[in-house]
Amino acid sequence: MLSYVFRRLLVAFSVMLTVAVVSFMLLHLSGDLATAIAGPESSAADVEKVRVQYGLDRPMAAQFADWLGAAVRLDFGRSFYFQNTVMELVGERLPVTLKLGGVALLLAVLVAIPLGVLAAIYRDSWVDRLSLLIAVVGQAMPNFWFALSLILVFAVGLKWLPVAGNTSWQHFILPAIALGYYAMPSLMRLTRAGMLDVLGSDYIRTARAKGLSPARVVFKHALRNAIIPVMALAAVELGFMLGGSVVIESVYSLQGLGQLAWDSISRNDYPVVQAVVLIIAVFYIGLTFVADVLNAALDPRMRTR
Amino acid sequence: MSSPSLSLPLPTMPAWRRGLRRSLGHRGLVIGSAILALIALAALFAPWLSPHDPYAQEVTQRLIPPAWYAKGSWEHLLGTDKLGRDYLSRLLYGARVSLFIGLATALISGLIGTTMGVLAGYYGGRVDAVVSYIVTTRLALPVVLVALATAALVGGSLKVVIVLLGLLLWDRFAIVTRSATQQLRDAEFIAAAKALGASTPYILLRELLPNLMSALTVVATLEMAHAILLEATLSFLGLGVQPPTPSWGLMVAEGKAYMFFQPWVIVIPGVVLAVLVLGINLVGDGLRDVTAPDGRN
Repeated sequence: MLSYVFRRLLVAFSVMLTVAVVSFMLLHLSGDLATAIAGPESSAADVEKVRVQYGLDRPMAAQFADWLGAAVRLDFGRSFYFQNTVMELVGERLPVTLKLGGVALLLAVLVAIPLGVLAAIYRDSWVDRLSLLIAVVGQAMPNFWFALSLILVFAVGLKWLPVAGNTSWQHFILPAIALGYYAMPSLMRLTRAGMLDVLGSDYIRTARAKGLSPARVVFKHALRNAIIPVMALAAVELGFMLGGSVVIESVYSLQGLGQLAWDSISRNDYPVVQAVVLIIAVFYIGLTFVADVLNAALDPRMRTR
Repeated sequence: MSSPSLSLPLPTMPAWRRGLRRSLGHRGLVIGSAILALIALAALFAPWLSPHDPYAQEVTQRLIPPAWYAKGSWEHLLGTDKLGRDYLSRLLYGARVSLFIGLATALISGLIGTTMGVLAGYYGGRVDAVVSYIVTTRLALPVVLVALATAALVGGSLKVVIVLLGLLLWDRFAIVTRSATQQLRDAEFIAAAKALGASTPYILLRELLPNLMSALTVVATLEMAHAILLEATLSFLGLGVQPPTPSWGLMVAEGKAYMFFQPWVIVIPGVVLAVLVLGINLVGDGLRDVTAPDGRN
C-alpha cells in the first residue's frame, strides 16, 4: 500500500509539472502577449516597450524557468492590472470558491446518497425512476441557464433569497445548488450501483437471516461498504466543481477564484490567469490522489495498476 | 415442457432487424431519436421554416412577447429579441450552430482520442504509459478556464470554438477505445490477420476499428452533447460564437438583462438547448444499452 501511495504521489507531482508547462505554453503560444497587453490601438513602438518591460523579449525557456522557479515558492509575480501580487489576489478570492465548492458538494452528497439508497432498495419503483429522471434532466441543462432560472424562481419570483453578491450566507445557497446539481447525478448513480451490489451479497443475506432490522442491515452493513467509492468520486467531483465555478460565480457575481480568472482574462492579466489555472489543476490533482488512495485502500487489486 | 424447436425463429432473423426491433423496444432511444430528428430537420430546413430573416432588426418591434401572451402577436410566434429580431427564426438558425459544433467537435476529438486509445491499447507498455500520462494531464486542466483564456487571446469565433473543444474533449474517446482495444488485442481474428501477414495499419484500421464502432458511437453522442453545452457556455460568457450569429447560448446572454421582466427571453433558448442535449444523451444511453452484448440493461 505504501509503495502504491508513493508511486501515485510521484505521478501526481509530474502531472503538476506538466500542467504548469502546458498552462504557460498555452498563453505564450496562442497569441502575442505584448500586443494583447498593450491594447489594439497602440503603436509598434509601444508594443516593443511593453515587451521589454514585462520581460517578454527573453527566450521562452528562460521565462518559463523563472516563472516555475518562483511558482514552487508560491510566488506568481505581480498582477499586470493591480499593484498587488498574484498571491494576495488569490488569497483573497480562494476562500470564497472553496466555500462555494464545499457547500455545493455537501448539498449534492446530502441529496445523492439518500436518493441512491432509496433507488437501490426500491429498485424499479417510482423512487428509482424519479431519481433517474432527475439525473438525466440534470445532465442536459446548461449550468449557466439553470443558475439564471434559480434566480428567476427563488430570488425574483418567491423573493426567498438574494439575487447576487456574497455578503451573507444566504448568498451562497443558490450558487451552491446550481453548482452541486451537476455533481449529484453521478454520485447518486454510484450510490445506487454500489448498494445494489452489496445488497445482493452473501453477508447481507446472513445479516438478514440473523433477524437484524432492515434499517440496521441497510445503514450499518450495506451503506458502510458502498460509501467509500462514493466519497472517492465526491473528491473528484469537488475538483471538477472548482474548475467549473467560473460560470456560476459570474452569474451570481460571487467574488471567488473563478470570477478573478474571468476578470483577469478580459483584462489580459496573464500572471493571474496562469496562477489560477495552475492552482485549480493542483487542487484537482490533489483530490484525485485522495480518491485513488481511498479506492486502493478499499480494493487491493487497484494497487497493482 | 417445451420442445426446443419451438423457440428457434429469432436467430434466423437478419441481424439488422433484430437490432431494429431491440432499438424500437427501448423507450429512451426512441424518444431521443425523435427529438434529435426533429431538431436536425429544423436545422436543415431553417431557411424554409423561418418566418423572418434571423438577422433583420426591427427597432419598432423590440422585445415582443410570444404569441400566447396577451401582448404577443402571431406575426412573431416566439416573440422578438432586444433588437426586434424574430426569436423563432433565430432559434431555428441557432440549431444549425449547435449541431454543427457538436458534430465537428466530436469528429476532431474522436480522431485524436481514438488514435491515442487504439495505439495505447494495441501496443501497451511504454506507449500505453505515455498515453495514460497525457490523458491524466488533460483531465487535470480545467476545460472551461483553459478554453476561455485561449479564446480570449485568439478571439472567439465559431472556428475557434470547434478547434478548442476538439483539442480538449478527446479524453473519453481515448479511455474507452484503449480499454476496448486491450480486450480485442488478443482475440483470434487479430491473431488470424497477423498469421496471414497483414500489416499493422491494416489490422488496426480494417480489423480492430470496425469492432470499436458501437463503443465509439456511444462516446461520440455523449461528447457531442458535452460540446454543445460548452459552446453555449463560452458563447454565454462572450468568448464563443460572436454576435450577430444566432447561438442559443448567446441568446441567453443577450436576454439576461431583460430576464426579470421578460423571462421568456432566456427560458425559450435554455429549454431548447436542454431538450437537444437530453435527446442526444438519450440516444447515447440507449445505444449503449442496445449494443451491449447481453442486450438491454
